[in-house]
Amino acid sequence: MTVTSGPPAAEGFRLSQLIYDTRYRSTTIQVVALFAFMLGVGWLISNAAQNLAALGKDFNFSFLWNTAGYDVNQRLLEYSSQSTHGRAAVLGILNTLVLAVVGCATATVLGVLAGVARLSKNWIVAKLMSVYVEAFRNVPLLIWIIIVVAVVNESLPAPRDFRDVETGAIVLTNRGAYFPEPLFSRGLGDVDLGLFKVSLDFLAVVALLVGGFYASGRIGRAADAKQAATGVRPNVLWFRLSAVLLPLIAFLVATGFHLGYPELKGFNFAGGTYVRDSFLGLWIALSLYTGAFIAESVRAGILAVSKGQTEAAFALGIRPSQTMNLVILPQALRVIVPPLISQYLNLTKNTSLAIAVGYMDATGTLGGITLNQTGREMETLLLLMGFYLVISLTISFVMNLYNERIKLRER
Amino acid sequence: MKSTYILGAMAVAGLAASAASAATLDDVKAAGTIKCGVSTGLAGFSNPDAAGKWEGFDVSVCRALAAAVLGDAEKVTYVPTTGKTRFTALASGEVDILARNTTWTFSRDTDLGFDFVGVNYYDGQGFMVPKSLGVSSAKELDGATVCIQTGTTTELNLADFFRANNMTYEPVPIETNAEAQQKYLANACDAYTTDASGLAATRATFETPADHIILPEIISKEPLGPVVRHGDNQWGDVAMWTLNALIAAEEYGVTKANVDDMKANSNNPEVRRLLGVEGDLGAMIGLDSEFAYRAIKSEGNYGEIFDAFLGPNTAIGLERGLNAQWTQGGLLYAPPFR
Repeated sequence: MTVTSGPPAAEGFRLSQLIYDTRYRSTTIQVVALFAFMLGVGWLISNAAQNLAALGKDFNFSFLWNTAGYDVNQRLLEYSSQSTHGRAAVLGILNTLVLAVVGCATATVLGVLAGVARLSKNWIVAKLMSVYVEAFRNVPLLIWIIIVVAVVNESLPAPRDFRDVETGAIVLTNRGAYFPEPLFSRGLGDVDLGLFKVSLDFLAVVALLVGGFYASGRIGRAADAKQAATGVRPNVLWFRLSAVLLPLIAFLVATGFHLGYPELKGFNFAGGTYVRDSFLGLWIALSLYTGAFIAESVRAGILAVSKGQTEAAFALGIRPSQTMNLVILPQALRVIVPPLISQYLNLTKNTSLAIAVGYMDATGTLGGITLNQTGREMETLLLLMGFYLVISLTISFVMNLYNERIKLRER
Repeated sequence: MKSTYILGAMAVAGLAASAASAATLDDVKAAGTIKCGVSTGLAGFSNPDAAGKWEGFDVSVCRALAAAVLGDAEKVTYVPTTGKTRFTALASGEVDILARNTTWTFSRDTDLGFDFVGVNYYDGQGFMVPKSLGVSSAKELDGATVCIQTGTTTELNLADFFRANNMTYEPVPIETNAEAQQKYLANACDAYTTDASGLAATRATFETPADHIILPEIISKEPLGPVVRHGDNQWGDVAMWTLNALIAAEEYGVTKANVDDMKANSNNPEVRRLLGVEGDLGAMIGLDSEFAYRAIKSEGNYGEIFDAFLGPNTAIGLERGLNAQWTQGGLLYAPPFR
């Protein structure tokens, strides 16, 4: 090894100084570690390239534009077996995202409730929550998913059991739940955005809601201003309500809005919004499982707030529920949010277990059937890793922004 | 940073990693065991028995190969693979041979970089439905929920079948047979589709097999066979000719019971070459002359294996059908041993 650089020493530079001289030692260690790391990476890449070459395989992503040839059950975009592998992958990614978003939301609610309840003075409630937390934290998630889906499959009636039975707006079968769907008899149609279609009715409803709430906010602020100026607050509740509701109702009546109920047709129910058994099962299992972990973070966060805070609040005559909401939880959030981020990341990555119960997430389409039919293990798995990486980093980034906002400002 | 790359290249050249190197036969001989990829459990084909010992029609292929190459049918390490993991397992060298009802298709043989060494079962995709559903043809399945095992050609055939007949369906892809079975039995799917032999095998494990029917439509050709990695022709030949030896043995009437007698007394030159009495066929594929003798002695001929695990006298109860010898009107036809 030759050394080309380095600060000149007064009595000349000796190689052994790289190790024994504290001025250079840490740099030496870092340079060696960097070399070792680069060697490792280089070896991995070369090994992969060598083995691909040995198998006679090339490395390209053109398969994404080939016909997929298989069907996907839960489709948030237009898709048929004649669509491309790329589109199937997008479909899977959307399914993963939907599951992750609703899962994180319910897990948070469950976790906060369970975490607070576990500290309850009511012995039964506290112990029940301990049982919940311990049972879900200490059994592998895959087992919970399979149990929940099996319970849905085995306990609810099959669609054919509903023959000659009057069904209402909501139908629960062992293939999932059916809810009424919004329909417009004089709808505005769809707008084609290339990749997917968006219902104009849906966009109009969203626009009216946003506009309504904005107008309502303006009315509220005007009332505030008047109250500040005159000391009398005008009653604007009805104005605010009508600003939101009237345009919406007018639009819904004009477009002939009605609810479509599910009806048994052939083997399955038709019409209505179909939430599959696999989705329901995963949603419940993921929420309960992650909720148990969040409950522990919440409990830790609450316990981290000094008891003096509670006592001070009580001394001021604040009721226990308000003490929790206004005094304890805001301070506890500082401790809760960082572990919460990693729970969200866990939940998102855990959605990849979905294929065990037949939910077509990204692992099921891109990393499952596409991988198998095209034989492009390297490419599909790299894409999949990239996708999970991007999602996880996005969640971390957003949650870190939030954490930054609620952090205790020390002066 | 240039020096880093040079160093990296040197290190890599020195290590010369070879997970999927060419000489599988040498690796197997050195290891003293064959790593055999099997299913995660399909009655009749590859299934662990009560004692946890793997047995079945596909398992016998591995056992025969171990007897031929290593002289002992027990020297097999079984690696359970799902429909999804099997090809990765084979490509990465985790298994030496895949004996796991795998359909021989163009793209698997070429693009995926494998070689099929023959066909040990001619199959086709079918549908199973509960009798109570009142369906007698697959053409009546419009709108049905269909359970599929993922990672198979099954889902492509299914999509094609429903598209060709202008019908819709709700696919429920499941990773393993056991999960799919549970869903099907709970009526969470109307129909279960996979290879007809697999349906018969699955049905045999039901509490009341008579309550389920296999619909008459066979919607695909599924030649199932053992698979090895492309590019290692010697190992491919060993596997291919071990399988052919089992098939030829049935044609010439060589059985597990009479193989010693045949070896000593048969006048049929084909049998004498097969059993290594005449010529030295074994040496041509890097084995000794008795490789086929040991395979037959240990597992019996193709017909015996079929009868033991799949035949009419078993719970699976499959007829020979297309899998009879060519002399009996079937498709089994071993090339000559000479």
